[in-house]
Amino acid sequence: MPLRFGQGTLTALQSFCSLMPESISPRAETGNGKPLVEMRGITKAYPGCLANDSIDLQLHSGGVHALLGENGAGKSTLVKVLYGLLASDSGEIYWQGEPVHIASPAVARELGIAMVFQHFSLFDSLNVLENIALGMDVDASDELQQRIIEVSTRYGLPLDPTRSVYSLSVGERQRIEIVRCLLQDPRLLIMDEPTSVLTPAEVSELFVTLKRLADEGLAILYISHKLEEIRQLCDEATILRLGRKVAEADPRVESARSLATLMMGSEIPVSQDSRQGTVGEVLLDVKDLSLSAVDSHDIALRDLHLQVRAGEIVGIAGVAGNGQDELMQALSGERRLQQAQSLSLCGEAIGRQGAGERRRKGLCCVPEERLGHAAVPTLSLSENAFLTAHHRKSLGVAWFMSASRSRQFASEIIKRFNVQCHGPQALASSLSGGNLQKFIVGREILQAPRVLVVSQPTWGVDAGAAMAIHEAIRELADQGAAVLMVSQDLDELMQNCERIGALCAGRLSAFHRVQDITVQQVGLLMGGEELNGVNA
Amino acid sequence: MITLQRRADPSRLMGYLAPLLALGITLLAGLLLFAILGVPIGAAFYAFFIEPVSSLYGWAELGVKAAPLIIIGVALSIGFRAQVWNIGAEGQLILGGIAGAAVALLFHENDGWYVLPLMILAGVAGGMAWAAIPALLKTRFNVNEILTSLMLTYVATLLLSWLVSGPMRDPDGFNFPESRMFHDAALLPRILEGTRLHAGAMVALGVVLAGWVLLTRTLLGFALRVNGAAPRAGAHAGFSQKKLIWTALMIGGGCAGLAGLFEVAGPIGQLLPSISPGYGFTAIIVAFLGRLHPIGVLFAGLVMALSYLGGETAQITLSLPLAVTGVFQGLLLFFLLATDVLINYRVVLK
Repeated sequence: MPLRFGQGTLTALQSFCSLMPESISPRAETGNGKPLVEMRGITKAYPGCLANDSIDLQLHSGGVHALLGENGAGKSTLVKVLYGLLASDSGEIYWQGEPVHIASPAVARELGIAMVFQHFSLFDSLNVLENIALGMDVDASDELQQRIIEVSTRYGLPLDPTRSVYSLSVGERQRIEIVRCLLQDPRLLIMDEPTSVLTPAEVSELFVTLKRLADEGLAILYISHKLEEIRQLCDEATILRLGRKVAEADPRVESARSLATLMMGSEIPVSQDSRQGTVGEVLLDVKDLSLSAVDSHDIALRDLHLQVRAGEIVGIAGVAGNGQDELMQALSGERRLQQAQSLSLCGEAIGRQGAGERRRKGLCCVPEERLGHAAVPTLSLSENAFLTAHHRKSLGVAWFMSASRSRQFASEIIKRFNVQCHGPQALASSLSGGNLQKFIVGREILQAPRVLVVSQPTWGVDAGAAMAIHEAIRELADQGAAVLMVSQDLDELMQNCERIGALCAGRLSAFHRVQDITVQQVGLLMGGEELNGVNA
Repeated sequence: MITLQRRADPSRLMGYLAPLLALGITLLAGLLLFAILGVPIGAAFYAFFIEPVSSLYGWAELGVKAAPLIIIGVALSIGFRAQVWNIGAEGQLILGGIAGAAVALLFHENDGWYVLPLMILAGVAGGMAWAAIPALLKTRFNVNEILTSLMLTYVATLLLSWLVSGPMRDPDGFNFPESRMFHDAALLPRILEGTRLHAGAMVALGVVLAGWVLLTRTLLGFALRVNGAAPRAGAHAGFSQKKLIWTALMIGGGCAGLAGLFEVAGPIGQLLPSISPGYGFTAIIVAFLGRLHPIGVLFAGLVMALSYLGGETAQITLSLPLAVTGVFQGLLLFFLLATDVLINYRVVLK
């Protein structure tokens, strides 16, 4: 009981202090000399993997420091140690030269460390003010509202405290998290992959804000694997690979290519530029496709039109949550359509057919979610190969499964797509994200589909695996299949597709040839605007 | 201090060891309970676990009790693997018994060979019909099948007691709430002379084999397992969830109905106000004790059958209340759920 009381008092006191008007004053501190935070020899092991191996990191006030690395390099672990979410096995942390023990996020916040997470923790049904008050453990007072308006206008983060969160875009939700952090008057702001959910325009707005914050003396730790962003924004970079710190670099002088080389450990082959294939007949034809929302979180699809021809890769850009999931369900057959004619495969109307039938006829899909949707985590790779390929690859006899044929097919996928695993008997959950994705994409491609619909093919996949997946998809198209690629990654779409459109609030834009438009114009399409003067 | 540490991978060894460990702890806790009650531990142990199987008759009785547990346990395992939670096997068992008995009574002056097969069909159909109600409610209106199937059990019990005291009562039975005794053509053949072991025991072995083949070798079994482990992956593969829910409930209801028919046409030989000492509920424990695996269910069914026999012997020789059986079964499930934590965690002493 006394402990509980003590903690409560501490939090209240802290919140009270942060509400004092003078605490917003800019820090008059220079970035030179002593680092604000220094991490020395941080080591953290999980069962079966060494996530951080003796990592050093120094952060200075007024600087934007990039923490760069592929998925699984140990970025998140290191940051969680710094924010008190994880205890390191060994290593020390110094705050302004003094050794500190950061046992919990509360301690971190007390020191002045704030963090914006990749996934927001907001309540949809509450408004902005209430959400911020909840996160800070104070009442939603007029005073707080005033401070929110002050801080948000000061840093160019327009935010209406009375709006309900469910009505806000992802970019606006992120602003809430940032404002919430700034209200706590931090000395160090940690941003975990903040741009993965933003449109290009929102990204540039965010960068203006971050630069301004750094100018005022805040230290920013910016976690990302997007090289161009880091070169634009950051002035120092620490690069991690497989749990080790491999380099410190100045991203302003390094090229994206040299950073990538440091990050991946070897020269990456140049991927070919836009494709020049011969385009054949229409294989996938979407006409007036509409799909109603089942529950309040769904996005209704309205009057979608789209054609993909043999040998062609068509891309659909868009910020997550604009109907991508629903589109995948409508195309794969997980949800049947009202009108059979809304979806045609090689001229045959298949809108009323289910997922199994559509796949039998040659429409294969790769959903975004690897574990639990594309594959069953608790089953082996050969059973997961059987899962979608049992008919097209004849992996069974009548009602019976053939374990040996499934194993053979799984081995073929593993070999052709260089999947790192213990063999066909390995559980799907034991593979890394990139390897499982190679397996899943390989499973669909080796079924020789007429049409492949693939969502986020390289999301959370390391660069080497991404390259392999892109090559396999292009090869499939070269062999005469039609490919539809739904992705949030514009670079991926620009690199692989012939035509690009965007999905916004359940509507599809017109499609444009990649040569005719710029990334900025695709950004406009993602925001729901039509382009004038560009050939559709 | 003792702490639990998450394992990198679930332990396969513990998957097998946990039920045995649970059995061991149940045994210790049970004997402790006897000691507290003032019963000599040695005598209690003997009465509960040794005496029931110290004769051929005892072994036959074990088969009589285990058969319905195994038949239902295998069927429930198949459903549970698909995350279809049919808790109402007891009600489906009763309906199977009623439907089978109806056929027997309808043909009570007929000695044709077809009487028993007809009864079996009726029993299976009765169980399926009772399970069809939760299936329909689940697939049409998304009503939780745990609640509907469980509540229908009580409806079934009351239906049975109305039938035996009304429409199906023995006209020459002095108003006792019982049906007419079945004639020979309506009774299951006995496998062992001088005991009550009936053909249902062989069927139980057949169900184990069929369940094992279904789950591990067929597309349907695969679809059921995928639906349980990752429903969205099942939808992605094109397996219809509604069909799978129906299939799982029909297998559960059909097997429970069959077990109910075997009870009335086997050891009982007529319709009584109560035709099962809770086999349908105990089969849930059997399914989990057997790791939802048909072969495991076979052994688990025998163990739970022993708890029924042991309870009866303990009642006779030690004058312990019959509730001891229920206590043992409850303890076992309790410890089984507790020891399951060892599959994903290891115990570390610090």
